[in-house]
Amino acid sequence: MSEHYEPLQRRVVTVPFVLLGLVALVGLYYLGVRFVNGMGAVTNLNGGFPWGIWVVYDIVVGTALACGGYALAVTVYIFNKGKYHPLMRAALLASLLGYGLGGLGAIIDMGRWWQFYNLFLPWQMNFNSVMLEVGLCVSAYIIVLMIEFSPTVMEKFKAEALQARLNKVLFLVIALGVLLPTMHQSSLGTMLIAMGWKVHPLWQTLHLQPLLAVLTAFTMGFAIVVWEASLSSIGFRRTPETHLLSGLGKIIVGLISVYLLIRFGEIIYRGKLSLAFAGDLGSLMFVIETALFVYPLVVLLSPKGRENGRSLLWAAVSMLLAGSLYRFNAFLITMDPGQGYSYFPSFPEIMVTLGLVAIEIMVFLFVVKTFPVLPRDHQPAADAKSAA
Amino acid sequence: MNRRDFLKTSLGSAAMAATAGVAEARPNLEPAPQAIGMLFDSTLCVGCKACVTACKTVNGNKPTIVGEDLQWDSARDLAPETFNVIKVYTDGNQLTKDSEVDGFAFEKRSCMHCVDPGCVSVCPVTALVKDPVTGIVTYDVDACIGCRTCMTGCPYNVPQFDYDNPFGALHKCEMCNQKGLERINNGMMTGCAEACPTGATLFGSREALLDEAKKRMALKPGEVYNYPRGDVRDPSSYHEKAVPEYRQHIWGEKEAGGTNVMHISSIPFDKLGMPPLGERSFVSISESVQHTLYSYMALPAVVLGGLTWLVKRNTDGDDEGGEQ
Repeated sequence: MSEHYEPLQRRVVTVPFVLLGLVALVGLYYLGVRFVNGMGAVTNLNGGFPWGIWVVYDIVVGTALACGGYALAVTVYIFNKGKYHPLMRAALLASLLGYGLGGLGAIIDMGRWWQFYNLFLPWQMNFNSVMLEVGLCVSAYIIVLMIEFSPTVMEKFKAEALQARLNKVLFLVIALGVLLPTMHQSSLGTMLIAMGWKVHPLWQTLHLQPLLAVLTAFTMGFAIVVWEASLSSIGFRRTPETHLLSGLGKIIVGLISVYLLIRFGEIIYRGKLSLAFAGDLGSLMFVIETALFVYPLVVLLSPKGRENGRSLLWAAVSMLLAGSLYRFNAFLITMDPGQGYSYFPSFPEIMVTLGLVAIEIMVFLFVVKTFPVLPRDHQPAADAKSAA
Repeated sequence: MNRRDFLKTSLGSAAMAATAGVAEARPNLEPAPQAIGMLFDSTLCVGCKACVTACKTVNGNKPTIVGEDLQWDSARDLAPETFNVIKVYTDGNQLTKDSEVDGFAFEKRSCMHCVDPGCVSVCPVTALVKDPVTGIVTYDVDACIGCRTCMTGCPYNVPQFDYDNPFGALHKCEMCNQKGLERINNGMMTGCAEACPTGATLFGSREALLDEAKKRMALKPGEVYNYPRGDVRDPSSYHEKAVPEYRQHIWGEKEAGGTNVMHISSIPFDKLGMPPLGERSFVSISESVQHTLYSYMALPAVVLGGLTWLVKRNTDGDDEGGEQ
């Protein structure tokens, strides 16, 4: 409640805010071109690469980066670690914005977007389709996130009666908020199975795809919470929440260990390890990706690394890159549909994605400065005491 | 180890895991009972591209014009306006037809009309459907949302999206049987098979075409065979020709569950641009995984029950619900 969270009393329109606005304008311009002249006018998509960065960044990677709310909800509500609650609202806001971006990305990438409602007509649904599961589940989760975040809005507008009524059923919404991402994040992995031989063998893990997808969603979710909280304290010069974040560091160590065990287990079991040293693009990307996973593991393994704000931040950055690269590699970079097809995003295509991300950050900044999202800042001394 | 080797071993182990009852594995789909199809015999193709022109005429597609070459269709690959194209394989001095070394050969690319189609399995809105009788993979433009998952799920990169049109759609061969054309329903054959002067593209039932292909495999190289043109069940004409040295491989008999459009040739199919496919279809694996996790929504329901109980317990005695 209001004694726990407060809006940041800062100016909304700052220099970074204006710069982000300029990026957003360029993106919106090219988005306009896409809707007037077709996708071919702004993208480098082709017959072999029907999905470019609008799908792979905005949806596949973007929703994983938006898993902070999911990862924290599991920690707070399923494993009952209430002490992490102060981080919850910022994580939920970032999740809502990230998934909103994913939903928006899906619409702008849809070649026949004016017929999107067919996805929701029961007689049109194909229940064999993994894409159907992703579409329905992501849509439902965006609504769930809106409800989960609504207490913040209600608090701002002092709608106490409404908030009290919502609180009675909120547990059900929270449970859905854990189930839905588990479902569609795993499905994002299952989608790779149907792409078959086009997926590089190091990333084509068949039955293990859904599990690896969920694990990377978790690691990225926790990493984004650490990253966000660290940046908020640096950017807004607030007391760092290192005591909370170092606990998350321990969870992260466990998650990465399990992930690497399964990832390498599969590769060794199927005899694909030689591919990791083949000296081609696939092996290079695999080595970089693995190094990015191992770095945070090594740093966070020692209590010293976990309790140092700076090393925590770097570990989080590395893990964000690792998870993102895992998905980029599988869906795009090492993907080979044969027949001479290749893809690299065009400048307008990149600007549309950057523009949408800029809007996402602008909304985040606006909301934390006007709504009670961030935990109330304590005196450093008091903070140190409560941490001990 | 490359993609081909990997697929051989991993699809084998996947099939084993599946048969061991890890999941309610769904096997490959079976051919439709009266499946129609085509047989492309690469050794008969002379590269005249009459089939490409006929296809465009019948389907009302515009020619592909490159530069100032207005006098012919320059289609080099499948495209929104090209459902069928002839590609050429060349090696060395390119002197001998159908020779892998120092030779050349022609290959047709068009929808293979898979028995277990990837595009049909992955389409979220049932825009792509395998006809239960003819086995033709059809497209419904009014259902399609343009997500292009079908293109990712097609092992042959066949469906083409019209990116240059703000209201574009997906385009692929529907065996000349789409609404408004319906050649098959009217007892006709596909435009390409009708136009083919050498019988390289042969029309017919999948069963009859498979028999014909097997018959050709068994022929002795050098002996004279009377090759049919048009519909294999009722050829419009025949021509005599010496039998080439066929590879003992009918592409589409078994690949990823088989296809209704089958190919034979005297050059290995990977040289002709065919993808590395095992016998099991990838979508039979992804559907097995998906239906194991979501069978009657039982698992999600149980998990949701457990989660709800946990969240309720962990927020109980806290009048602010999840807010504490």
